[in-house]
Amino acid sequence: MADTTETLLKTPLHALHVELGAKMVPFAGYDMPVQYPAGILKEHLHAREKAGLFDVSHMGQAFLKGADPAKALERVTPADVVGLKPGMQRYGLLLNDEGTIKDDFMFSKLEGEADMYIVVNAGTKDGDYAYIAQRLDGAAKVTTRFDRALLALQGPMAGAVLERLSPGIDKLTFMKVVRADIAGAPAIVSRSGYTGEDGFEISLEGKDGERVARALLAESEVLPIGLGARDSLRLEAGLCLYGHDIDESVNPAEANLMWSVAKRRRTDRDFPGAGKFLDAAPAKKRVGILPLGKAPAREHTPIADKSGRVIGEITSGGFGPSLNGPVAMGYVESAFAADGTEIDLIVRGKPMPARVAPMPFVAHRYRRAS
Amino acid sequence: MSEVRYTKEHEWVRVEGSEATIGITKYAAEQLGDVVFVELPENGRKVGAGGEAAVVESVKAASEVYAPVSGEVTASNAALSDDPAKVNADPEGDGWFFKVKLSDAGEVAKLMTREQYDEFVKGL
Repeated sequence: MADTTETLLKTPLHALHVELGAKMVPFAGYDMPVQYPAGILKEHLHAREKAGLFDVSHMGQAFLKGADPAKALERVTPADVVGLKPGMQRYGLLLNDEGTIKDDFMFSKLEGEADMYIVVNAGTKDGDYAYIAQRLDGAAKVTTRFDRALLALQGPMAGAVLERLSPGIDKLTFMKVVRADIAGAPAIVSRSGYTGEDGFEISLEGKDGERVARALLAESEVLPIGLGARDSLRLEAGLCLYGHDIDESVNPAEANLMWSVAKRRRTDRDFPGAGKFLDAAPAKKRVGILPLGKAPAREHTPIADKSGRVIGEITSGGFGPSLNGPVAMGYVESAFAADGTEIDLIVRGKPMPARVAPMPFVAHRYRRAS
Repeated sequence: MSEVRYTKEHEWVRVEGSEATIGITKYAAEQLGDVVFVELPENGRKVGAGGEAAVVESVKAASEVYAPVSGEVTASNAALSDDPAKVNADPEGDGWFFKVKLSDAGEVAKLMTREQYDEFVKGL
Protein backbone atom coordinates (compact mmCIF):
# COMPACT_ATOMS: atom_id res chain seq x y z
CA MET A 1 0.00 0.00 0.00
CA ALA A 2 2.63 2.52 1.07
CA ASP A 3 4.77 2.32 -2.05
CA THR A 4 1.87 2.96 -4.45
CA THR A 5 1.52 6.52 -3.16
CA GLU A 6 5.24 7.09 -3.64
CA THR A 7 4.99 6.37 -7.34
CA LEU A 8 1.94 8.60 -7.91
CA LEU A 9 2.45 11.64 -10.10
CA LYS A 10 1.81 15.12 -8.78
CA THR A 11 0.22 18.04 -10.59
CA PRO A 12 1.76 21.53 -10.28
CA LEU A 13 -0.95 22.27 -7.66
CA HIS A 14 -0.21 19.28 -5.43
CA ALA A 15 1.36 21.23 -2.56
CA LEU A 16 -1.54 23.67 -2.62
CA HIS A 17 -4.10 20.84 -2.31
CA VAL A 18 -2.27 19.47 0.72
CA GLU A 19 -2.02 22.96 2.24
CA LEU A 20 -5.78 23.43 1.74
CA GLY A 21 -6.45 20.23 3.71
CA ALA A 22 -7.63 18.12 0.78
CA LYS A 23 -8.22 14.41 1.16
CA MET A 24 -5.88 13.00 -1.48
CA VAL A 25 -6.59 9.81 -3.44
CA PRO A 26 -4.92 8.01 -6.34
CA PHE A 27 -6.64 8.82 -9.64
CA ALA A 28 -5.31 7.95 -13.10
CA GLY A 29 -1.81 7.63 -11.69
CA TYR A 30 -1.92 11.01 -9.92
CA ASP A 31 -2.30 11.92 -6.26
CA MET A 32 -5.46 14.04 -6.54
CA PRO A 33 -7.85 15.87 -4.17
CA VAL A 34 -11.18 14.01 -3.89
CA GLN A 35 -12.53 16.64 -1.52
CA TYR A 36 -11.49 19.58 0.61
CA PRO A 37 -12.61 20.25 4.19
CA ALA A 38 -15.96 21.72 2.97
CA GLY A 39 -16.97 18.24 1.72
CA ILE A 40 -18.49 17.02 -1.54
CA LEU A 41 -22.05 18.28 -0.89
CA LYS A 42 -21.01 21.86 -0.11
CA GLU A 43 -18.43 21.90 -2.89
CA HIS A 44 -21.00 20.70 -5.43
CA LEU A 45 -23.63 23.25 -4.39
CA HIS A 46 -21.06 26.04 -4.28
CA ALA A 47 -20.02 25.39 -7.88
CA ARG A 48 -23.68 25.62 -8.94
CA GLU A 49 -24.28 28.81 -6.92
CA LYS A 50 -21.00 30.74 -7.13
CA ALA A 51 -17.71 29.52 -8.56
CA GLY A 52 -15.47 26.52 -8.02
CA LEU A 53 -11.82 25.94 -8.92
CA PHE A 54 -10.83 22.46 -10.13
CA ASP A 55 -7.33 21.16 -10.76
CA VAL A 56 -7.54 19.13 -13.96
CA SER A 57 -3.81 19.26 -14.69
CA HIS A 58 -3.75 15.45 -14.79
CA MET A 59 -5.57 15.55 -18.12
CA GLY A 60 -3.54 15.09 -21.28
CA GLN A 61 -2.70 18.35 -22.99
CA ALA A 62 -0.89 18.34 -26.33
CA PHE A 63 -0.31 20.32 -29.50
CA LEU A 64 -0.64 18.90 -32.96
CA LYS A 65 1.79 20.37 -35.47
CA GLY A 66 1.91 19.83 -39.20
CA ALA A 67 1.00 21.16 -42.64
CA ASP A 68 -2.71 20.52 -41.99
CA PRO A 69 -3.19 19.18 -38.45
CA ALA A 70 -6.99 19.46 -38.67
CA LYS A 71 -7.15 17.22 -41.72
CA ALA A 72 -4.72 14.81 -40.06
CA LEU A 73 -6.78 14.62 -36.88
CA GLU A 74 -9.83 13.56 -38.89
CA ARG A 75 -8.07 10.22 -39.40
CA VAL A 76 -8.93 9.23 -35.83
CA THR A 77 -12.16 11.10 -35.04
CA PRO A 78 -15.57 11.42 -36.73
CA ALA A 79 -15.84 15.06 -35.65
CA ASP A 80 -15.69 17.95 -38.09
CA VAL A 81 -12.17 19.19 -37.33
CA VAL A 82 -11.47 20.84 -40.69
CA GLY A 83 -14.60 22.99 -40.42
CA LEU A 84 -13.85 24.27 -36.94
CA LYS A 85 -13.39 28.05 -37.06
CA PRO A 86 -10.23 29.62 -35.58
CA GLY A 87 -10.83 30.70 -32.00
CA MET A 88 -13.20 27.79 -31.33
CA GLN A 89 -13.11 24.56 -29.37
CA ARG A 90 -15.08 21.36 -30.06
CA TYR A 91 -15.80 17.94 -28.52
CA GLY A 92 -14.75 14.79 -30.36
CA LEU A 93 -14.52 11.03 -29.98
CA LEU A 94 -11.39 9.02 -30.64
CA LEU A 95 -12.49 5.81 -32.39
CA ASN A 96 -10.79 2.48 -33.05
CA ASP A 97 -11.29 0.24 -36.08
CA GLU A 98 -14.29 -1.40 -34.43
CA GLY A 99 -15.96 2.00 -34.31
CA THR A 100 -15.92 1.90 -30.51
CA ILE A 101 -14.71 4.70 -28.27
CA LYS A 102 -11.02 4.90 -27.33
CA ASP A 103 -11.59 8.23 -25.62
CA ASP A 104 -13.40 11.55 -25.80
CA PHE A 105 -11.46 14.79 -26.08
CA MET A 106 -11.54 18.51 -26.78
CA PHE A 107 -9.74 20.12 -29.70
CA SER A 108 -9.15 23.80 -30.37
CA LYS A 109 -7.92 26.09 -33.10
CA LEU A 110 -6.27 29.20 -31.76
CA GLU A 111 -6.65 32.38 -33.78
CA GLY A 112 -3.63 32.91 -36.05
CA GLU A 113 -1.91 29.64 -35.06
CA ALA A 114 -1.34 26.60 -37.21
CA ASP A 115 -1.05 24.10 -34.35
CA MET A 116 -4.13 22.52 -32.81
CA TYR A 117 -4.51 22.29 -29.04
CA ILE A 118 -5.93 19.02 -27.69
CA VAL A 119 -6.99 17.78 -24.26
CA VAL A 120 -7.68 14.07 -23.66
CA ASN A 121 -8.57 12.16 -20.50
CA ALA A 122 -5.96 11.55 -17.80
CA GLY A 123 -6.20 7.78 -17.59
CA THR A 124 -5.93 7.27 -21.34
CA LYS A 125 -3.48 9.98 -22.36
CA ASP A 126 -0.40 7.85 -23.05
CA GLY A 127 -2.35 5.34 -25.12
CA ASP A 128 -4.31 8.06 -26.93
CA TYR A 129 -1.28 9.98 -28.12
CA ALA A 130 0.56 6.80 -29.13
CA TYR A 131 -2.52 5.81 -31.16
CA ILE A 132 -2.87 9.26 -32.71
CA ALA A 133 0.82 9.37 -33.64
CA GLN A 134 0.61 5.92 -35.21
CA ARG A 135 -2.54 6.70 -37.21
CA LEU A 136 -1.36 10.13 -38.33
CA ASP A 137 1.83 8.48 -39.54
CA GLY A 138 3.80 11.72 -39.78
CA ALA A 139 0.99 13.79 -41.33
CA ALA A 140 1.06 15.80 -38.12
CA LYS A 141 3.20 15.50 -35.04
CA VAL A 142 1.96 15.26 -31.45
CA THR A 143 3.82 17.28 -28.83
CA THR A 144 2.50 16.29 -25.41
CA ARG A 145 2.58 18.94 -22.70
CA PHE A 146 1.78 16.92 -19.59
CA ASP A 147 3.95 19.42 -17.71
CA ARG A 148 1.37 22.16 -18.17
CA ALA A 149 -1.26 23.02 -15.57
CA LEU A 150 -4.98 23.00 -16.39
CA LEU A 151 -7.47 24.73 -14.13
CA ALA A 152 -11.24 24.80 -14.49
CA LEU A 153 -13.20 27.70 -13.03
CA GLN A 154 -16.87 26.75 -13.08
CA GLY A 155 -20.09 28.34 -11.89
CA PRO A 156 -22.40 31.29 -12.52
CA MET A 157 -19.90 33.76 -11.04
CA ALA A 158 -16.89 32.41 -12.97
CA GLY A 159 -17.16 35.14 -15.60
CA ALA A 160 -17.19 37.99 -13.09
CA VAL A 161 -14.28 36.47 -11.17
CA LEU A 162 -12.04 35.85 -14.18
CA GLU A 163 -12.81 39.30 -15.58
CA ARG A 164 -11.06 40.79 -12.51
CA LEU A 165 -7.90 38.79 -13.27
CA SER A 166 -8.06 39.26 -17.02
CA PRO A 167 -10.07 42.29 -18.17
CA GLY A 168 -12.07 41.54 -21.31
CA ILE A 169 -12.13 37.75 -20.85
CA ASP A 170 -15.83 37.71 -19.91
CA LYS A 171 -16.67 38.59 -23.53
CA LEU A 172 -15.82 35.02 -24.57
CA THR A 173 -18.86 32.90 -25.28
CA PHE A 174 -19.33 29.13 -24.97
CA MET A 175 -16.67 27.06 -26.74
CA LYS A 176 -14.55 30.05 -27.71
CA VAL A 177 -10.83 29.85 -26.97
CA VAL A 178 -8.13 32.55 -26.80
CA ARG A 179 -4.66 33.19 -25.54
CA ALA A 180 -4.83 35.66 -22.66
CA ASP A 181 -2.91 36.65 -19.57
CA ILE A 182 -4.49 35.52 -16.30
CA ALA A 183 -3.06 37.39 -13.33
CA GLY A 184 -0.08 38.15 -15.56
CA ALA A 185 0.54 34.55 -16.62
CA PRO A 186 0.25 33.53 -20.29
CA ALA A 187 -2.68 31.13 -20.70
CA ILE A 188 -4.94 29.39 -23.17
CA VAL A 189 -8.46 30.11 -21.99
CA SER A 190 -11.62 28.42 -23.26
CA ARG A 191 -15.19 29.11 -22.18
CA SER A 192 -16.06 25.53 -21.43
CA GLY A 193 -15.95 22.89 -18.74
CA TYR A 194 -17.53 19.70 -17.53
CA THR A 195 -20.05 20.67 -14.87
CA GLY A 196 -22.97 21.95 -16.96
CA GLU A 197 -22.27 25.42 -15.59
CA ASP A 198 -20.82 28.44 -17.32
CA GLY A 199 -17.08 28.62 -16.82
CA PHE A 200 -13.56 28.44 -18.16
CA GLU A 201 -10.69 26.06 -18.62
CA ILE A 202 -7.31 27.71 -18.20
CA SER A 203 -4.13 26.09 -19.50
CA LEU A 204 -0.92 27.46 -18.02
CA GLU A 205 2.79 26.82 -17.88
CA GLY A 206 3.28 24.41 -14.98
CA LYS A 207 5.30 26.99 -13.04
CA ASP A 208 2.39 29.47 -13.15
CA GLY A 209 -0.30 26.99 -12.07
CA GLU A 210 -0.11 27.41 -8.33
CA ARG A 211 0.19 31.20 -8.43
CA VAL A 212 -2.87 31.58 -10.69
CA ALA A 213 -4.81 29.07 -8.58
CA ARG A 214 -4.02 31.11 -5.46
CA ALA A 215 -5.10 34.31 -7.21
CA LEU A 216 -8.43 32.70 -8.13
CA LEU A 217 -8.95 31.26 -4.64
CA ALA A 218 -8.32 34.73 -3.20
CA GLU A 219 -11.57 35.89 -4.87
CA SER A 220 -14.42 35.65 -2.36
CA GLU A 221 -16.73 33.66 -4.66
CA VAL A 222 -14.25 30.85 -5.29
CA LEU A 223 -13.86 27.57 -3.38
CA PRO A 224 -11.58 24.68 -4.36
CA ILE A 225 -13.57 21.67 -5.61
CA GLY A 226 -12.34 18.07 -5.60
CA LEU A 227 -12.89 15.10 -7.86
CA GLY A 228 -15.88 13.93 -5.81
CA ALA A 229 -17.99 16.98 -6.63
CA ARG A 230 -16.59 17.08 -10.17
CA ASP A 231 -18.15 13.63 -10.63
CA SER A 232 -21.55 14.53 -9.15
CA LEU A 233 -21.66 17.79 -11.13
CA ARG A 234 -20.93 16.12 -14.47
CA LEU A 235 -23.40 13.31 -13.74
CA GLU A 236 -26.23 15.80 -13.06
CA ALA A 237 -25.20 17.54 -16.30
CA GLY A 238 -25.60 14.22 -18.16
CA LEU A 239 -21.95 14.21 -19.27
CA CYS A 240 -20.06 10.95 -19.85
CA LEU A 241 -17.11 9.85 -17.78
CA TYR A 242 -14.65 7.88 -19.88
CA GLY A 243 -14.00 4.39 -18.54
CA HIS A 244 -17.47 4.30 -17.02
CA ASP A 245 -20.17 5.60 -19.38
CA ILE A 246 -18.12 5.19 -22.53
CA ASP A 247 -15.23 2.88 -23.39
CA GLU A 248 -14.12 0.47 -26.10
CA SER A 249 -17.23 -1.68 -25.60
CA VAL A 250 -19.59 0.95 -27.05
CA ASN A 251 -19.88 2.94 -30.27
CA PRO A 252 -21.14 6.53 -30.71
CA ALA A 253 -24.68 5.40 -31.60
CA GLU A 254 -25.00 3.27 -28.47
CA ALA A 255 -23.45 6.04 -26.36
CA ASN A 256 -26.00 8.56 -27.68
CA LEU A 257 -23.14 10.75 -28.91
CA MET A 258 -24.03 10.83 -32.62
CA TRP A 259 -24.26 14.62 -32.38
CA SER A 260 -20.45 14.55 -32.32
CA VAL A 261 -20.29 12.57 -35.60
CA ALA A 262 -20.39 15.29 -38.27
CA LYS A 263 -22.74 15.03 -41.29
CA ARG A 264 -19.89 15.34 -43.78
CA ARG A 265 -18.02 12.54 -42.02
CA ARG A 266 -21.08 10.25 -42.10
CA THR A 267 -21.25 10.77 -45.84
CA ASP A 268 -17.52 10.35 -46.45
CA ARG A 269 -17.13 7.46 -43.95
CA ASP A 270 -13.45 8.31 -43.66
CA PHE A 271 -12.84 7.53 -39.99
CA PRO A 272 -12.02 4.32 -38.08
CA GLY A 273 -14.91 1.89 -37.73
CA ALA A 274 -17.38 3.98 -39.78
CA GLY A 275 -18.90 0.85 -41.28
CA LYS A 276 -19.52 -0.65 -37.86
CA PHE A 277 -22.23 1.65 -36.55
CA LEU A 278 -23.52 4.01 -39.25
CA ASP A 279 -25.88 1.48 -40.84
CA ALA A 280 -27.13 -0.67 -37.99
CA ALA A 281 -29.60 0.48 -35.34
CA PRO A 282 -27.92 0.28 -31.93
CA ALA A 283 -28.90 -2.74 -29.82
CA LYS A 284 -28.48 -0.73 -26.62
CA LYS A 285 -28.48 2.94 -25.74
CA ARG A 286 -27.10 5.18 -23.02
CA VAL A 287 -29.95 6.84 -21.13
CA GLY A 288 -30.54 8.96 -18.06
CA ILE A 289 -32.15 7.14 -15.13
CA LEU A 290 -33.98 8.58 -12.14
CA PRO A 291 -34.60 6.17 -9.25
CA LEU A 292 -38.07 6.87 -7.82
CA GLY A 293 -37.02 6.20 -4.21
CA LYS A 294 -34.16 7.64 -2.21
CA ALA A 295 -31.60 4.87 -2.58
CA PRO A 296 -28.72 5.64 -4.96
CA ALA A 297 -27.95 2.97 -7.57
CA ARG A 298 -24.22 2.70 -8.17
CA GLU A 299 -22.13 1.73 -11.19
CA HIS A 300 -22.73 -1.92 -12.30
CA THR A 301 -26.22 -2.04 -10.75
CA PRO A 302 -28.29 -4.35 -13.01
CA ILE A 303 -31.29 -2.78 -14.75
CA ALA A 304 -34.37 -5.00 -15.21
CA ASP A 305 -37.68 -4.63 -17.00
CA LYS A 306 -40.89 -4.94 -14.98
CA SER A 307 -40.91 -8.72 -15.52
CA GLY A 308 -37.49 -9.00 -13.89
CA ARG A 309 -35.45 -9.65 -17.02
CA VAL A 310 -32.10 -7.87 -16.97
CA ILE A 311 -31.99 -5.30 -19.82
CA GLY A 312 -28.88 -3.32 -18.95
CA GLU A 313 -26.56 -1.87 -16.36
CA ILE A 314 -25.89 1.42 -14.58
CA THR A 315 -22.57 2.98 -15.64
CA SER A 316 -22.61 6.04 -13.34
CA GLY A 317 -24.87 6.46 -10.37
CA GLY A 318 -25.00 8.25 -7.09
CA PHE A 319 -26.54 11.14 -5.28
CA GLY A 320 -27.19 14.43 -7.04
CA PRO A 321 -26.79 17.22 -4.50
CA SER A 322 -28.62 19.80 -6.66
CA LEU A 323 -31.50 17.38 -7.25
CA ASN A 324 -31.30 16.29 -3.61
CA GLY A 325 -31.86 12.73 -4.73
CA PRO A 326 -30.38 9.78 -6.56
CA VAL A 327 -29.40 10.09 -10.20
CA ALA A 328 -27.83 7.69 -12.69
CA MET A 329 -27.04 6.89 -16.28
CA GLY A 330 -26.58 3.55 -17.94
CA TYR A 331 -27.26 1.37 -20.94
CA VAL A 332 -30.56 -0.36 -21.70
CA GLU A 333 -31.76 -2.43 -24.65
CA SER A 334 -32.96 0.08 -27.25
CA ALA A 335 -36.62 -0.93 -26.83
CA PHE A 336 -36.45 0.47 -23.28
CA ALA A 337 -34.63 3.72 -24.10
CA ALA A 338 -37.66 6.02 -24.45
CA ASP A 339 -38.06 8.73 -21.80
CA GLY A 340 -40.53 7.68 -19.15
CA THR A 341 -39.99 3.93 -19.55
CA GLU A 342 -40.49 2.25 -16.19
CA ILE A 343 -37.66 -0.02 -15.10
CA ASP A 344 -36.27 -1.60 -11.94
CA LEU A 345 -32.77 -1.21 -10.56
CA ILE A 346 -31.56 -4.29 -8.70
CA VAL A 347 -29.96 -2.77 -5.60
CA ARG A 348 -28.65 -5.28 -3.05
CA GLY A 349 -30.82 -7.95 -4.62
CA LYS A 350 -34.05 -5.98 -4.47
CA PRO A 351 -35.85 -4.26 -7.37
CA MET A 352 -36.05 -0.50 -6.90
CA PRO A 353 -38.43 1.31 -9.25
CA ALA A 354 -36.88 3.87 -11.59
CA ARG A 355 -37.62 5.69 -14.81
CA VAL A 356 -35.71 6.47 -17.97
CA ALA A 357 -35.37 10.26 -17.92
CA PRO A 358 -34.07 12.96 -20.26
CA MET A 359 -30.62 14.41 -19.62
CA PRO A 360 -29.27 16.75 -18.46
CA PHE A 361 -30.89 16.33 -15.04
CA VAL A 362 -29.82 19.87 -14.15
CA ALA A 363 -30.17 22.36 -17.02
CA HIS A 364 -26.92 23.47 -18.67
CA ARG A 365 -26.20 27.14 -18.09
CA TYR A 366 -23.54 27.76 -20.72
CA ARG A 367 -22.86 31.32 -21.88
CA ARG A 368 -23.95 30.79 -25.46
CA ALA A 369 -23.42 33.45 -28.13
CA SER A 370 -26.83 35.05 -28.71
CA MET B 1 -25.70 1.81 33.58
CA SER B 2 -24.91 1.65 29.92
CA GLU B 3 -21.75 0.30 28.40
CA VAL B 4 -20.40 1.31 24.97
CA ARG B 5 -18.19 -0.96 22.91
CA TYR B 6 -16.65 -0.66 19.44
CA THR B 7 -15.74 -2.83 16.43
CA LYS B 8 -12.89 -2.81 13.95
CA GLU B 9 -15.50 -2.00 11.29
CA HIS B 10 -16.18 1.25 13.20
CA GLU B 11 -19.59 0.47 14.65
CA TRP B 12 -20.44 1.35 18.24
CA VAL B 13 -22.92 -0.52 20.41
CA ARG B 14 -24.47 0.88 23.58
CA VAL B 15 -25.84 -1.86 25.85
CA GLU B 16 -28.59 -1.13 28.38
CA GLY B 17 -29.89 -4.29 30.01
CA SER B 18 -30.85 -6.68 27.21
CA GLU B 19 -31.15 -3.91 24.59
CA ALA B 20 -28.32 -2.65 22.38
CA THR B 21 -28.27 0.54 20.27
CA ILE B 22 -25.97 0.50 17.25
CA GLY B 23 -24.43 3.18 15.08
CA ILE B 24 -21.21 4.15 13.33
CA THR B 25 -18.34 5.99 14.99
CA LYS B 26 -17.32 9.60 14.48
CA TYR B 27 -14.21 8.32 12.73
CA ALA B 28 -16.34 6.30 10.29
CA ALA B 29 -18.65 9.25 9.62
CA GLU B 30 -15.67 11.49 8.88
CA GLN B 31 -14.16 8.92 6.55
CA LEU B 32 -17.45 8.53 4.66
CA GLY B 33 -18.06 12.23 4.24
CA ASP B 34 -21.56 13.59 3.68
CA VAL B 35 -24.08 10.80 4.28
CA VAL B 36 -26.96 11.00 1.79
CA PHE B 37 -28.85 7.73 2.34
CA VAL B 38 -29.26 5.10 5.04
CA GLU B 39 -30.98 1.72 4.65
CA LEU B 40 -32.07 0.30 8.00
CA PRO B 41 -33.20 -3.21 9.01
CA GLU B 42 -36.89 -3.81 9.61
CA ASN B 43 -38.19 -4.70 13.08
CA GLY B 44 -38.12 -8.39 13.83
CA ARG B 45 -35.17 -9.13 11.59
CA LYS B 46 -32.58 -11.36 13.21
CA VAL B 47 -29.01 -10.18 12.79
CA GLY B 48 -25.86 -12.13 13.61
CA ALA B 49 -22.68 -10.65 15.06
CA GLY B 50 -20.53 -9.47 12.15
CA GLY B 51 -23.38 -9.86 9.66
CA GLU B 52 -24.67 -7.16 7.32
CA ALA B 53 -27.43 -5.19 8.98
CA ALA B 54 -27.67 -1.73 7.37
CA VAL B 55 -26.22 0.34 4.54
CA VAL B 56 -24.84 3.86 4.72
CA GLU B 57 -24.19 5.84 1.54
CA SER B 58 -22.14 8.96 0.99
CA VAL B 59 -22.10 10.94 -2.24
CA LYS B 60 -19.24 8.73 -3.40
CA ALA B 61 -20.02 5.21 -2.23
CA ALA B 62 -22.18 2.71 -0.37
CA SER B 63 -20.83 0.94 2.74
CA GLU B 64 -22.20 -1.94 4.78
CA VAL B 65 -22.92 -1.54 8.46
CA TYR B 66 -22.42 -4.78 10.39
CA ALA B 67 -24.21 -5.85 13.54
CA PRO B 68 -21.62 -5.88 16.35
CA VAL B 69 -23.80 -8.31 18.31
CA SER B 70 -26.47 -10.91 17.56
CA GLY B 71 -30.11 -10.25 18.24
CA GLU B 72 -33.51 -9.27 16.95
CA VAL B 73 -34.09 -5.77 15.62
CA THR B 74 -36.54 -3.86 17.83
CA ALA B 75 -36.28 -0.34 16.39
CA SER B 76 -34.57 1.70 13.71
CA ASN B 77 -33.92 5.43 13.54
CA ALA B 78 -36.60 6.61 11.10
CA ALA B 79 -35.34 10.20 11.38
CA LEU B 80 -32.31 9.20 9.27
CA SER B 81 -34.54 8.57 6.24
CA ASP B 82 -35.49 12.24 6.05
CA ASP B 83 -32.26 13.62 7.41
CA PRO B 84 -29.32 11.29 6.77
CA ALA B 85 -26.95 14.20 7.56
CA LYS B 86 -27.66 13.45 11.25
CA VAL B 87 -25.10 10.67 10.88
CA ASN B 88 -22.41 13.30 10.25
CA ALA B 89 -23.76 15.80 12.77
CA ASP B 90 -24.01 13.40 15.73
CA PRO B 91 -22.81 9.92 14.76
CA GLU B 92 -22.56 8.58 18.30
CA GLY B 93 -25.84 10.15 19.49
CA ASP B 94 -28.85 11.24 17.36
CA GLY B 95 -27.31 9.49 14.36
CA TRP B 96 -27.87 5.98 15.79
CA PHE B 97 -28.99 3.31 13.28
CA PHE B 98 -30.96 0.54 15.00
CA LYS B 99 -31.59 -1.32 18.25
CA VAL B 100 -31.53 -5.04 18.92
CA LYS B 101 -32.65 -7.30 21.74
CA LEU B 102 -29.45 -9.18 22.58
CA SER B 103 -29.50 -12.92 22.04
CA ASP B 104 -26.04 -13.48 23.55
CA ALA B 105 -24.96 -10.85 26.07
CA GLY B 106 -21.55 -12.54 26.23
CA GLU B 107 -20.66 -11.17 22.78
CA VAL B 108 -20.40 -7.63 24.13
CA ALA B 109 -17.30 -8.27 26.21
CA LYS B 110 -15.42 -9.44 23.10
CA LEU B 111 -15.70 -5.98 21.53
CA MET B 112 -13.26 -3.12 22.02
CA THR B 113 -13.51 -0.60 24.83
CA ARG B 114 -13.25 3.10 23.97
CA GLU B 115 -9.58 3.11 24.89
CA GLN B 116 -8.89 0.08 22.75
CA TYR B 117 -10.83 1.56 19.83
CA ASP B 118 -9.04 4.91 20.03
CA GLU B 119 -5.74 3.04 20.04
CA PHE B 120 -6.92 0.99 17.02
CA VAL B 121 -7.88 4.14 15.07
CA LYS B 122 -4.54 5.77 15.87
CA GLY B 123 -2.82 2.84 14.16
CA LEU B 124 -4.81 3.20 10.91
